[in-house]
Amino acid sequence: MDRFSGNFDRFSDLFNPYDSNPTNANHAIGDFTKCTRKPLVMGSTVLGLEYQDGVMIAADTLGSWGQLARYRNESRIYPVGNFTVLGAAGDMSDFQHTKHMLDSLMIKEYYTNDDHVLSTPHIYEYLSRVLYHRRSKLDPLWNTYVVGGYNNGERFLGYVDLLGTTYQSSIVATGLGAYFAQPILRNAVEGREGILTEAEAIEILNTCMKILFYRECKTLNRIQRAKVTADGVEISEPYALPTEWSFGEGIRGFGTQTQ
Amino acid sequence: MEVGLKPGEISLGTTLIAVAFDGGVVVGADSRTSMGGSYTVNRVTDKLTYVSDRIYCCRSGSAADTQAVASIVTYYLQLYAIQHEEEPPVRVAASLFQELCYKNKDALSAGIICAGWDKHDGGSVFGIPMGGSMHKLPYATAGSGSTYIYGYCDTSFRQNMTKEETIEFVKTGVALAIGRDGSSGGCIRLAVITKDGVQRHFIPGDQVPALGVI
Repeated sequence: MDRFSGNFDRFSDLFNPYDSNPTNANHAIGDFTKCTRKPLVMGSTVLGLEYQDGVMIAADTLGSWGQLARYRNESRIYPVGNFTVLGAAGDMSDFQHTKHMLDSLMIKEYYTNDDHVLSTPHIYEYLSRVLYHRRSKLDPLWNTYVVGGYNNGERFLGYVDLLGTTYQSSIVATGLGAYFAQPILRNAVEGREGILTEAEAIEILNTCMKILFYRECKTLNRIQRAKVTADGVEISEPYALPTEWSFGEGIRGFGTQTQ
Repeated sequence: MEVGLKPGEISLGTTLIAVAFDGGVVVGADSRTSMGGSYTVNRVTDKLTYVSDRIYCCRSGSAADTQAVASIVTYYLQLYAIQHEEEPPVRVAASLFQELCYKNKDALSAGIICAGWDKHDGGSVFGIPMGGSMHKLPYATAGSGSTYIYGYCDTSFRQNMTKEETIEFVKTGVALAIGRDGSSGGCIRLAVITKDGVQRHFIPGDQVPALGVI
């Protein structure tokens, strides 16, 4: 135990270079300037699906601070170029860093002046390499991303998270959405991507976001939707979903009460 | 994570308010029961629990612990009513809550507000926080959501409000807390307890004002 009061903000006795747990064997452990310790302002679930015209993703506009609904007008959907859209869950500061990083990337690519624009699979690959690299340094960007896009007639929808885990699917859901929304999305979308209309896609996403609003604590009934089609990226204004509560009016007590 | 809850235990995250006025009390609560801070187990919970005809308790903390304690107090108040041939006073109910919460302080995670009307003292509100102390107050708040409305309550509460003003105060307080606390949500339940009875009010989730959301 380090009793020197000058080191009160150093957790140096956490570091054991021979610890079999690699997160404790990292020399940067305890140094919050070198090692991400924990996420703070957090976004909850992001959902994505493929439909006939392209891809669509949805997320609420809440940045939580633990249990506190701190930032209630926080857009978690971001366009990258003209044909890709990024939905972020997890730490919002890391998301902001990622936004800057991808903007820089797109600008740099533009200035090579070769008429090539990074398409969604390229952006996805780049992002997943960055995330895996950061996790390998035990300093992750604490996010789960849904990357969606539409390039030259091809739809793209992928998932990449703080560990660098990647997969592509016609339906994607982060966090608790994987438990609540994914089964509904699978049922409604899988096998029908090419014939699902925009109206149906909106209906499915709204249903899933409503269930997540009911059952996930750190959510807000203020949803944003984004679609990517041949016409480019379109991000909707935030809107609220209609919800059902009237059945709760007659409930009394927890089971033993008759009054 | 909630202090005092065992892993996986279900919590009444909660916002509770109880206010005394001339002639009775207004008690109000949200309707969310959560688990692990992330999953809403019950979105239409009734946290305003009957303990006797003119005494209700508002429960926060562990759902299991508060249900058990409320059931025991209800039992003892039924016994009191028979033995004394009168309705139990609120201070007796609050005292019973205190005894249970204090004697079992190491095992319980319970933040309770006991409020009601009796013919001796009119409307009374007692806060019994974790630890088992008892505090007779003009109004009490409890639950995780209450931290977000200390400022609102400090500036908006006035003594000698009318019944209607009290109802508005409670409704607005719960709405503000629901807007900020992840562990509170759903609908607003109110109960107005006077000598004439208990009048329940219900504001469904989609009609709870979204205050301050730009």
